[in-house]
Amino acid sequence: MSETQTNGRDGNTQSVRDSAGAGNAIEVRDLKRRFGRQQVLDGVTLDFPSGKITTIVGPSGSGKTVLLKHLNLLLRPDSGKIVIDGVEVTNLGARGLDEVREKFGMLFQAGALFDSMSVFDNVAFPLVEKSKLTRDEIADRVHETLKAVGLEGMEAKFPSQMSGGMQKRAALARALVRRPKILMLDEPTTGLDPTRTGAIHDLIRRTQENFHLTAVMVSHDVPAVFQVSDRVAFLHNGLTRLNGTVAEVMAADDDVFKRFLAGKASGEENETALAG
Amino acid sequence: MSIGEMIERLGALVLDSIVRLGAFVLFLLNSVIYVFLPPFKPRLWVRQTRIIGADSLFLIILIGGFTGMVLGLQGYNTLRRFGSDGALGTVVALVLVRELGPVLAAIMITARAGSAMAAELGSMQSTEQIDALTVMAINPIQYLVSPRMLAGVISFPLLTAIFDVVGIYGGYMVGVGLMGAPSGAYFNGIAANMSGHDVMTGLYKSLVFGVIVMWVCCYKGYHAERMATGVSRATTEAVVLSSVLILAFDYFLTSILL
Repeated sequence: MSETQTNGRDGNTQSVRDSAGAGNAIEVRDLKRRFGRQQVLDGVTLDFPSGKITTIVGPSGSGKTVLLKHLNLLLRPDSGKIVIDGVEVTNLGARGLDEVREKFGMLFQAGALFDSMSVFDNVAFPLVEKSKLTRDEIADRVHETLKAVGLEGMEAKFPSQMSGGMQKRAALARALVRRPKILMLDEPTTGLDPTRTGAIHDLIRRTQENFHLTAVMVSHDVPAVFQVSDRVAFLHNGLTRLNGTVAEVMAADDDVFKRFLAGKASGEENETALAG
Repeated sequence: MSIGEMIERLGALVLDSIVRLGAFVLFLLNSVIYVFLPPFKPRLWVRQTRIIGADSLFLIILIGGFTGMVLGLQGYNTLRRFGSDGALGTVVALVLVRELGPVLAAIMITARAGSAMAAELGSMQSTEQIDALTVMAINPIQYLVSPRMLAGVISFPLLTAIFDVVGIYGGYMVGVGLMGAPSGAYFNGIAANMSGHDVMTGLYKSLVFGVIVMWVCCYKGYHAERMATGVSRATTEAVVLSSVLILAFDYFLTSILL
């Protein structure tokens, strides 16, 4: 079942789909997180269906990256619940978290490639450190993954020798090399020109289809990113204001979302955006 | 600002300082404990020992040599006034082995390897490479910090010993070779007046300094702020704090070991 969810402070009816864990790779319930005096996440409730690309959008300061860091377990919430692949992870210890992290691949905003390692060593790193594959098996997997992202022949290059787009693809290869179930992408096209942006979006879609992944993406590239997304979640003031398929969200009669799409903000939103 | 607000701010400052101190100590405990926990990565230990130890060798020899030479010069000029120039070897050796060797070696390694370490970890923090390790289920403290801690504990005493030996010969070159102090008395005095306790004092200090420098420099780099000035601030603070703690602990250790 698919329906648009609204979750706002202005008296809109709150309608949360009861997923009962069916078909969801990740479930977030009433997530709250404060930094100092700023309540960044104020009760986010969201589902990420398996095998779909869900993109989280919203104005600067709405909590998108903070939410993503909770999903990949870099941050712990003040309250609320996160369920990943049927396992509640909110209060797991270090060993439990590491077991859950084995299911992830993550593409960071700037790639986060290790500067002192070549592309081959970067992509091989998760396998060398965490798998029991032989050296030849690792080499085969690395070559196969680099080919999938269009970086065949670039194994000996270092990150400083590559363009931004190539670094993103190398980082994507590193995220995919362990064949994760869930791929997380933090603003994968930030800093890239429109041509490379389109290429990265195509690559994300092809990768998701070829590797049968669940993908969670944070992006500012609105509305271009909607072409590669199955579902969209719009965060505003630390809450999920809209959540549904691209068509449902685009058709939603929501002034805040329409202003966000048009690039027009209220005075308060302008201040938040300028404050970063 | 009202009195209530002032008290609130003061309270927040105190609490924040306590939390930071706790995090600082926990960082040391974690980095030491993980040295003894699997998975063991000998290649990382060897790499860091090469970077911190072997690559600092030339600098240690250079500074040790010049330190010994100036000790020989100053020592001879002072002792000659009292007709005690025969004690030059004893004075140079004891000063180097007990004090200047461990302290200057530690400060030089801080300036060279410690600052580089803080900068490297700070850069990794600001470019999310440390987060990338965490998301890959690799403990970043075990992978990045523990090998450095072990390398420091191995390298500092060895480099200090080399500093001492080179310094003693530097003092001999100047004091005996240049200034004319009695040759035989130089090394005979060292043999007669230096005990195992003197040598161990210097080595204990170098061990402690090794832990301090690795701890402070790794902590500052690991917790660098993710902004343009974050890495430079972390590096500066690492070197300054390490140097201050070296000198402070030198006093405390000397008072205990004398």
